[in-house]
Amino acid sequence: MSSDRSDGSGIVFWQGNEVVAEAAIAAGCRFYAGYPITPSSEIAHVMAERLPQVGGKFIQMEDEIASMGAIIGASLTGVKSMTATSGPGFSLKMENIGYAYMAEVPCVIVNVMRGGPSTGLPTAIGQSDVQQARWGTHGDHPTIALAPAFHREIYLSTIKAFNLSEKYRIPVMLMLDEVLAHMSEGMRVPEPSDYHLVDRVKPSVTPEEYFPYDTRFGDVPPMASYFEGFRFHVTGLNHTKTGFPTTNPDICQSEEERMIRKVMKDADALAEYESYLLDDAEIAIYAFGSTARGARGAVDEARKQGIKVGLFRAITLWPFPDKAIYALAKRVKAFVVPEVNLGQMIQEVERAAHRDMPIVGVNKVGGIPIPPSEILSKIKEVAKNG
Amino acid sequence: MSNRYEARFSAVGGQGVLLAGQVLASAGQKYEGRYSIQTPTYTAQVRGGPTKVDVILDDEPIMYPETTAINFFLSLAQGSYNAFLHDLRSDAIVVVDPNLVTKINPKYKTYQVPVIEITKAKIGKMIMSAVMALGIMIELTGAVSKEAIEKALIDAAPKGTEELNLKALHLGYEEATRLKQGG
Repeated sequence: MSSDRSDGSGIVFWQGNEVVAEAAIAAGCRFYAGYPITPSSEIAHVMAERLPQVGGKFIQMEDEIASMGAIIGASLTGVKSMTATSGPGFSLKMENIGYAYMAEVPCVIVNVMRGGPSTGLPTAIGQSDVQQARWGTHGDHPTIALAPAFHREIYLSTIKAFNLSEKYRIPVMLMLDEVLAHMSEGMRVPEPSDYHLVDRVKPSVTPEEYFPYDTRFGDVPPMASYFEGFRFHVTGLNHTKTGFPTTNPDICQSEEERMIRKVMKDADALAEYESYLLDDAEIAIYAFGSTARGARGAVDEARKQGIKVGLFRAITLWPFPDKAIYALAKRVKAFVVPEVNLGQMIQEVERAAHRDMPIVGVNKVGGIPIPPSEILSKIKEVAKNG
Repeated sequence: MSNRYEARFSAVGGQGVLLAGQVLASAGQKYEGRYSIQTPTYTAQVRGGPTKVDVILDDEPIMYPETTAINFFLSLAQGSYNAFLHDLRSDAIVVVDPNLVTKINPKYKTYQVPVIEITKAKIGKMIMSAVMALGIMIELTGAVSKEAIEKALIDAAPKGTEELNLKALHLGYEEATRLKQGG
């Protein structure tokens, strides 16, 4: 048997959650702390089995908050770390996620979205945590959140989530939904030659010369690991380069600006998306996650009926692809935005389009995915009304 | 050209239909070079809640991962029959266990097979019921080849249970052959 759970044929038939876990191992994740919650629990199941096999550690913590704390702590020792959760757990983790932003600790948080608010629909699809991913924790901060739609893409996006967290020293969100997480889809496991791995930049100075937030080395300061001779302080309070608290207005201002700039200067490159039949499109669909798969079916059917429609499939939710949507809005007459919530990403499409044009949602929150037929109906309605 | 085939197995949690769905889907993917998706639906209960698994097979990559026009429907419980008998094509084939599903919608061509009783009598293990049902499905529909389903079943069977699983599958073939002959 090979090191992962495939049977040697190269083709695996994993649940989305299993894909995340195996990809995390491939990305170099060696610490997982979590608290079981449907529909993400299988990620913990697989990590519990697999991490000890590769010299990693798995801990089932007493709750969601502690799980988030544990992965921050583990990451500070230099170990790539991850947790997985769903809506209610995502809410509970928010304070510590803010801590990870402030202390600039790389880590990956998987949120398998179910219906909400509160405990909502534990076993059914939702896509209603997408704005929470952006603004769930308080204070200004950049956000990187990925929303893949196919199992192979889930694998590669999981690796990318680790890479980006290491590159920018921030928590990165991987936003799946219940349908993707629980469905099994055949895929060829990506080979190591299909991706690259990024590790955080370690200090090039001696422990005596080291400061944890030393911006002489750029907007992403080199990060030492605990227990390797580097002593440094970590806090959620605004801090100086030493890591000790400060209320100095100039430092607070410049440091908060730096923490946003370190990500947002690369916003356009980070905003990954797939264009499908958009070249001559008069109507554009913006969709992500499993909803985008149904949207693609709707596009194909509408094209058969002679309607010029295309799909903007967002793979990165945050940073939002402002420039790409703005450019698209100048070419198309209307947007259709299907999402399994009551209208969240549509607000971003409206903002980025920056144009007075029809931008209409297709919204369902009953715990079932949006069928292509309903997206098609909306496309036809929009096409008819010009 | 899309050649989409959709199947739904429904039961109550713990009867093994989720695994049967996994076997069907992986048979198509791994041994016939087709694309497949398996989507389970279950409640928060581990056992006893209405459960279904949908399987989609296609010659082309599958975009929408949910069923919309089901070709084959199996039910091993009245509650799940009632809950999940939707999105069927008018020519769908339905198989139910008549000891557990007594109220049947006459709209669909329905085969009644006491799957659990037969499995219990001839295999001795009720948990093999879903495998027998899978055998019935394959014989009736030819959704995937017997060779593919048998390979996938052996992949999925816990070590030491391969023979028993194959026996249950073959029992399904035999029962379905009898049904086709009107016996």
